[in-house]
Amino acid sequence: MATTELCSEEALRFIWGGAIPLQIHLHESEVTTLPPPPPALILGPRIGYLPLLVPLLKPYFSSTLPPGVDTVWFDYKGLPLKWNIPTGVLFDLLCAEPERPWNLTVHFRGHPGETLIPCESEDNVKWSFINALKEAAYVINGNCKNVMNLSQADQFELWQSLMKGNVEAYQRIASRLKLGPIGEDCTLKTGAGQPRQALGEADTAGSSRVGRIPVRLYVRNIIQDLDDFDEATAVDSWDSISYINRPVEIHKHEGHLLTLRTALKALLPEIFDDETMPDNQIFSKEEGCQVTNPSFEDYETPNSLRNVETEEASIISDSVVLSKKPKVKLIRIQGIELDLSIPFFWVVNNLMNPDYFIHICVFTEASPSQVLVR
Amino acid sequence: MGSSCKEEGYLSLENMFHIDRNEECLIVDSFSEREETDDVATLVHSTSNETHIYDFHIVYSFSYKVPVLYFHGYQSDGQPLSMDEIENDLPPSSSKILRESKWTYMTLGEHPYVRRPWYTLHPCATSDWMKLLLGGTSMKDLDISSYLLSWLSVVGQAIGLRIPLELQQRSVKHPSASCFIINN
Repeated sequence: MATTELCSEEALRFIWGGAIPLQIHLHESEVTTLPPPPPALILGPRIGYLPLLVPLLKPYFSSTLPPGVDTVWFDYKGLPLKWNIPTGVLFDLLCAEPERPWNLTVHFRGHPGETLIPCESEDNVKWSFINALKEAAYVINGNCKNVMNLSQADQFELWQSLMKGNVEAYQRIASRLKLGPIGEDCTLKTGAGQPRQALGEADTAGSSRVGRIPVRLYVRNIIQDLDDFDEATAVDSWDSISYINRPVEIHKHEGHLLTLRTALKALLPEIFDDETMPDNQIFSKEEGCQVTNPSFEDYETPNSLRNVETEEASIISDSVVLSKKPKVKLIRIQGIELDLSIPFFWVVNNLMNPDYFIHICVFTEASPSQVLVR
Repeated sequence: MGSSCKEEGYLSLENMFHIDRNEECLIVDSFSEREETDDVATLVHSTSNETHIYDFHIVYSFSYKVPVLYFHGYQSDGQPLSMDEIENDLPPSSSKILRESKWTYMTLGEHPYVRRPWYTLHPCATSDWMKLLLGGTSMKDLDISSYLLSWLSVVGQAIGLRIPLELQQRSVKHPSASCFIINN
């Protein structure tokens, strides 16, 4: 497959164009005027970060803020939001049932330093991004020289392009880093179509090649027996979410067999048990309930990216749950609920973030001992 | 350092007392392996009013395949130290580097197990300088405690941690594992 076919231009624009409609309320303790200011309606780019919206929000609320020094932070239903997680990932993870607009609260005071890293300026976000990029480069290449060797001007340009959502400018610089795309066998392809040898400890004179792919997993457990994500209890603490920052390791000769399921199973073996999740089953839903993906309602979706299963009628599954082991309810990447049998190379090439990480939200349900029979 | 393990945790060294810049008495007694933070009693020597207490954790990074240092400090009353206060406690060479490379040397990051903001030393250069330090020794020949001791001898300098000779002699099994000995 030619390089241009491994990842689609359309997919890239889709990822960069995705945004979450946000309704930002100022926290009541910081409202000093009557009437209180109405909430700000703003679009948060999926690949962006919440603090980058502050220059737009601050003027909106500044007249009502109490005097003092700002350290801006956001919360969703009381949960302080980790600003170094891309906005789209926060939304996919914390809104089990997508909420439109997404109601967030902004604070300019009282930053919870015990639980949140302070974000004092755009620089914090920029360096968090650059460090993530370096980490991804290290995972892929065994070193982060390509990122470290970017000129100041290029680094600036890269960051600016992300902030402004300028995908062409971003591609101009990012393509020189040669961090992607990966081929059908999940190894890195250079422009000439030759596989690049990834540096791994298993390397012995090039005979066994281990490729590594940067992955960040966010695992959230939903209470059992929910018909509807609407009833899912909101996350009240980050302790209830497992964050796993670990590369997927691929042995070259097995790369072409890698599906999303097998990749995730390598990282979460207890959850992706063969008995609890056969390939042809996405997740259990109540009979007659259409499986839809509400993320697409508000903006155009290239058909090729829509999860094929959502176009069909309801998915009825026979689920027989015999143990307390958590089982996968659904996988969400870039707002899309994915079929686990999709080839992993496709997922990585088309759905990764600009930091070259693939951020995956995994929803599990830990059912009590019971048998659900259809 | 590529061993697969079923149980994951981190190494911790807690309640290290830092008195002041010129009288550092951080002494490593032993490291304990754990999955949760428990208080570990260590050597205390303090006559000063301004005693800062530090906890150090060594966590394995799957991305960089090296150990990474996480630490945080607090006042004797439990109040966390600010970045400025921590900077003052660092050895002069380290605080100089910190001033020059504010974002790439030592920053606040989320501790992977404790899930709170802790200070961390960036690991991207670790693999390179470890290779230099270990010379021709292959990773396979080196046991983990020797590796960690070598690693700690360099990283310790960044934060002013001194490793006593006894610990080195007890743990070093491989003759070619080298350590920098910190003299203050």
